[in-house]
Amino acid sequence: MENCETYEYDILVIGSGGAGLRAVIAAREAGCSVGVLCKSLLGKAHTVMAEGGVAASLANMTNPDGTHEKDSWEVHFVDTMKGGAFLNNWRTVEIFAKEAPDRVLELEQYGAVFDRTPEGLIAERPFGGHKYRRLNHVGDRTGLEIIRTLQDKAVSVGMNVHMEITCTRLLKEGNRVVGAFGYYRESGKFVTFKAKAVVLATGGWGRMYRYTSNSWEGTGDGLMMAYEAGAELIDMEMIQFHPTGMIWPPGMRGILVTEGVRGEGGVLRNSKGERFMFDKKYMPALYNGQFADTEEEGARWLTDKQNNRRPPELLPRDVVARAIYREIEAGNGSEHGGVYLDVTHRGADYIKRKLPSMYEQFHALGGVDITKEPMEVYPTIHYTMGGVRVHPETCATTVDGLFAAGEVAAGLHGANRLGGNSLSDILVFGRRAGIAASSYAKEHTLGVLDNAQIEEEQEYLLLPLKTTNGENPYTIHSELQDAMQTNAMIARTEAGLLSALEKILELQKRAEKLSAPGDRFFNPGWHAARDVRFMLRASEVIVRCALERKESRGAQWRLDFPDRDDEVWGKKNLIASRNGDMVKITTRELDAMPPELKRLFEETK
Amino acid sequence: MDTVTLKIFRGNTSGGEMVSYTVPKTPGMVVLDAVHYIQRSLDTTLACRWNCKAAKCGSCSAEIDGTPRLMCKSRIEEYPSGEITVGPMRAFPLLKDLVTDVSWNYRVATKIPSLVPKPEVSGKPFVLQQEDVERVQEFRKCIECFLCQDVCHVIREHDKKDAFFGPRQMVRIAGLEMHPMDGINRREQLKNEAGIGMCNITKCCTEVCPEHIHITDNAIIPMKERVVDDYFDPITKILRKVGVLPTDKKASFSSVPNGLTVIKQENSSSKS
Repeated sequence: MENCETYEYDILVIGSGGAGLRAVIAAREAGCSVGVLCKSLLGKAHTVMAEGGVAASLANMTNPDGTHEKDSWEVHFVDTMKGGAFLNNWRTVEIFAKEAPDRVLELEQYGAVFDRTPEGLIAERPFGGHKYRRLNHVGDRTGLEIIRTLQDKAVSVGMNVHMEITCTRLLKEGNRVVGAFGYYRESGKFVTFKAKAVVLATGGWGRMYRYTSNSWEGTGDGLMMAYEAGAELIDMEMIQFHPTGMIWPPGMRGILVTEGVRGEGGVLRNSKGERFMFDKKYMPALYNGQFADTEEEGARWLTDKQNNRRPPELLPRDVVARAIYREIEAGNGSEHGGVYLDVTHRGADYIKRKLPSMYEQFHALGGVDITKEPMEVYPTIHYTMGGVRVHPETCATTVDGLFAAGEVAAGLHGANRLGGNSLSDILVFGRRAGIAASSYAKEHTLGVLDNAQIEEEQEYLLLPLKTTNGENPYTIHSELQDAMQTNAMIARTEAGLLSALEKILELQKRAEKLSAPGDRFFNPGWHAARDVRFMLRASEVIVRCALERKESRGAQWRLDFPDRDDEVWGKKNLIASRNGDMVKITTRELDAMPPELKRLFEETK
Repeated sequence: MDTVTLKIFRGNTSGGEMVSYTVPKTPGMVVLDAVHYIQRSLDTTLACRWNCKAAKCGSCSAEIDGTPRLMCKSRIEEYPSGEITVGPMRAFPLLKDLVTDVSWNYRVATKIPSLVPKPEVSGKPFVLQQEDVERVQEFRKCIECFLCQDVCHVIREHDKKDAFFGPRQMVRIAGLEMHPMDGINRREQLKNEAGIGMCNITKCCTEVCPEHIHITDNAIIPMKERVVDDYFDPITKILRKVGVLPTDKKASFSSVPNGLTVIKQENSSSKS
């Protein structure tokens, strides 16, 4: 076994996006020593890419008659449950909706500078599935504002930052997680961490798909480390296809176009020029009567939200993504096979002020002036609702000593996440995970690292460097992306999913013999070899769960089971866990919602 | 097939060379796409940093045909000769290929205290008008690509990293100094430790900023003026003393209480 450095902390936070950094702040305030691991450099995590805003019911917006919109945590709760097609954990959603406003106001104290209302309060914009204007924002770069704010705050409370470390295994003593193992990207040297409690904040996994808004980091390492350590995963079939990703030019395909474009009045049209979202066949029964019936009403809503209903472009993401897909299937696609998103009617000044990074993105990368011409868009893999099953109050996973928050954790979003809820998710539950991990750390001492586990992982990692005639990990990755993009995408069938599964199993076998030429010093091919193995196992879990859920709900759209089945599948979550080398799939009954929460659905109608 | 030639620096601390790669062109291709093609298909050991590929994270900084730019925002079409050279940022120590050690930027950032709200607004929601925050919002657009640091003469040619925080941190301090609710005096730091006097306003930083922040005009020059007013203008001093001008009540600070530790390998106090 190769000797490696060991660092000791009360709390080890794996992941330095919003959830990780908010956990750091909470743990430091609780008096714990904290080490945080970044897979990239500090401040580059996916949080930076969030655009539209952070959802919290501050109720800052006024109507034309001067009254404030009647937003409240109760309405936010109802919207989130409906958006998630009731697969969400209601207790998680309740905590979330109640605490989100405080977490946003706190950011302002830390230094965030939000856009303002005429009264000088934080400005809130409309977004899909949110009944009232609720997305507190900074133009269309809210995520950058949040990560930089948390980064500066975390620096000021003090933490040890380990940058460019890829963590590949959680280390256990008996049934408890007591540390983690990884390597330095720069030198390839191994490193171990000992901690009284570990907070997993590693984000989502979209890289197994061809077209995704995820960066190279989104390979599901954190998710799979938890799975390998015995944690239960939940709702893994639920992958969010964001309705609007760039489709042209080819190199830009998958890059996100913020929902803020629609929030600011952007409209979707097919190649015939039709506002297809007004087609009744796309309106889910759950939202009947709550959206504008005519384009005229939709246009009036831009200036008078009190007396008009929102246009149907602002339905939840799963609904809009499906409609776009069906329009294209029906032959109504745009030049490059997407649909048109047009915001030109808002005028150049307004667009440049409210959507500056979209303007810049299309101008610099796509050669399109969005103040003069429509964008072409197509759904892109964006977010993972599923993940590690956690306790609603404490973010504790089903493994002792391990906590999880943010996108890697599951329960809040159910079958579909509403835009803006991820940024408040990381604030509310990043903090809660930091607090709960700190309490745990105060009741426990450091554990003992098991050399056998470390040695096993070292050998596993080094193998591709020693193998001379194995496959290129990028080739395996590329074939996986094709399989997932073709057969586990937005519209699913049993036959398609089975063929994806067959391909994944074949690739898993081939991935046993990978080659990575070169040495350990900043060697991307070598890193890709470990990443692709995480992705292959995560893909298997996704596909097996998608096969199992024989209904259509939220992001899971089965062409062979097109209806929602509230009697059977509306009552349970799918749970995936490790059983040796096999993926074990079971179900778990949803907890019954208490009457005081049930009542909210009547009251807020 | 239409192709483009990329001449990329390959090497490490013990030396290196420019290596040519032929890459098939696709419509709208950017330099980062070409680098990814090389990684996947020609040489899996080529090292570069990248994350969002949408000019939002500032990871893929490099020098393209000698100019500091983001690889994800540099379209192949902009280089009609069909040959593009790509090298690492030269102001920072080389690690490998296109990757440099930028940890100095993070260490120097720890010296700048984050917002300390004025006592009267501490713990209360801020009431601020849009026109009050717009100036600060410009500075907060910074994506920390460090291209401005790379091109700054003080850092690049004279290696005065110990005497000047650099344009990136000037922008950071400007975002705090001009924040209407910030409660501490940052001018002493600007004058001394941060070395604002080192900047000779050549505006190279502004030219390379992918976020189009007016670093020199909107951040550095107004702060230079504030520092001059505070420390060197005798009339202001007298007017303050006799009470014609308000005195700046903001408290100054001596050091940051906790601070982050950027841990480089084999260099830590908490090592066991």
